[in-house]
Amino acid sequence: MKLLTTNFLTCAVKTCKTSPLSFPLHFKDATLERTEIDFDPLFMRNLLPRVNWDALTTTATELGLQALVPAKNPVDVVEQSRGDDGDIDVQAEAEADAEGTTINATETNADHEIEEEILRRLHNLLLETGVVEGKLVCGNCGFEYPIKEGVGNFLLPAHLV
Amino acid sequence: MAEQPRDELQYENEHVHEVYDQIATHFSSTRYKPWPVVDEFLRSLPAGAVGLDVGCGNGKYLPVNKSVFIIASDRSKALIDIARQHEPHTAIVADTLHLPHPPARFDFAISIAVIHHLSSVERRVQAIRTIIQTLRPPLKGSSGGQALIFVWALEQKYSRRGWDQGSQQDVLVPWILKPDQTSGPDSPPKTYQRYYHLYHEGELDNDAIAAGARILRSGYDRDNWWVIIARQA
Repeated sequence: MKLLTTNFLTCAVKTCKTSPLSFPLHFKDATLERTEIDFDPLFMRNLLPRVNWDALTTTATELGLQALVPAKNPVDVVEQSRGDDGDIDVQAEAEADAEGTTINATETNADHEIEEEILRRLHNLLLETGVVEGKLVCGNCGFEYPIKEGVGNFLLPAHLV
Repeated sequence: MAEQPRDELQYENEHVHEVYDQIATHFSSTRYKPWPVVDEFLRSLPAGAVGLDVGCGNGKYLPVNKSVFIIASDRSKALIDIARQHEPHTAIVADTLHLPHPPARFDFAISIAVIHHLSSVERRVQAIRTIIQTLRPPLKGSSGGQALIFVWALEQKYSRRGWDQGSQQDVLVPWILKPDQTSGPDSPPKTYQRYYHLYHEGELDNDAIAAGARILRSGYDRDNWWVIIARQA
């Protein structure tokens, strides 16, 4: 169960879907695994606007991986800098923040593309990091969906259907 | 066959879910060639698109486009164990009528040869409704998410089955599982009966409209009716 997948999962119980408490589902007793997957920068770049960043931050924090999630979706950071007339280098600043260093004369792309290094790190987090054993719990109804051998089971018992 | 089953879920358990769990490996060995309409739909998606394969079976459509992200689901754990090998995608065990996905997040969905296994018109319409709720609504300048649905056609007089207009629409179709190494060469082949609702011309479009969908394209291909739908603007 990839971290990316959990960004697109909620409780299967119909009445939970309208509750903000049901998204994202919460990990419990999770064991992490790593799977190597080919890095595709275009895929990652286009994927990011589709990621719910608040939910990703919550999920990563529950797994102790919050250090790997930038405070803001890099796409939003780039969009902001595009909107600035003065061509202020917001992206370089964000990178500097992320690295904890100061960038002086670093060359940045004229079209404010997201640095490949940032995409690689997010590829690593979203696609290559997953939960092999554990549970996903609905914050609304409390139902626990089991994850076994990396596969989540979202079938509901008869009384919840 | 088949009158309207009294307990539809129990009926589908016996004549769909348990059958696929039993025949998963053999079924999978016969399902490897993508249908052209599905192939084209998946290849036309932009890199980074996120979508669903509802009732993915053995996951035969997952290798078609590796630059999109698909969450594939099926009720059969045995089929998901086969489907899960296709990176970068994900496979989960879930019910088509109770999908564990937030609404309005997905760029696309496919559901190929799935909803004809549901044993009442209410359940078949509900399945389409459930799928379109997952799609991104159309916004200014974008058409929103699109779903491609395939079902078996009643009109297939040149097929091996030979059904056509006027034939019974609710049928049990046998799957014959030949004995394998473990059961021994002398044991008899086992026959499983799968339930199907065969769609007549126009019926899939009507069900999609009843589900509140907007029809973008529809057609007939290789003994199947198909439709590409979106949410209402």
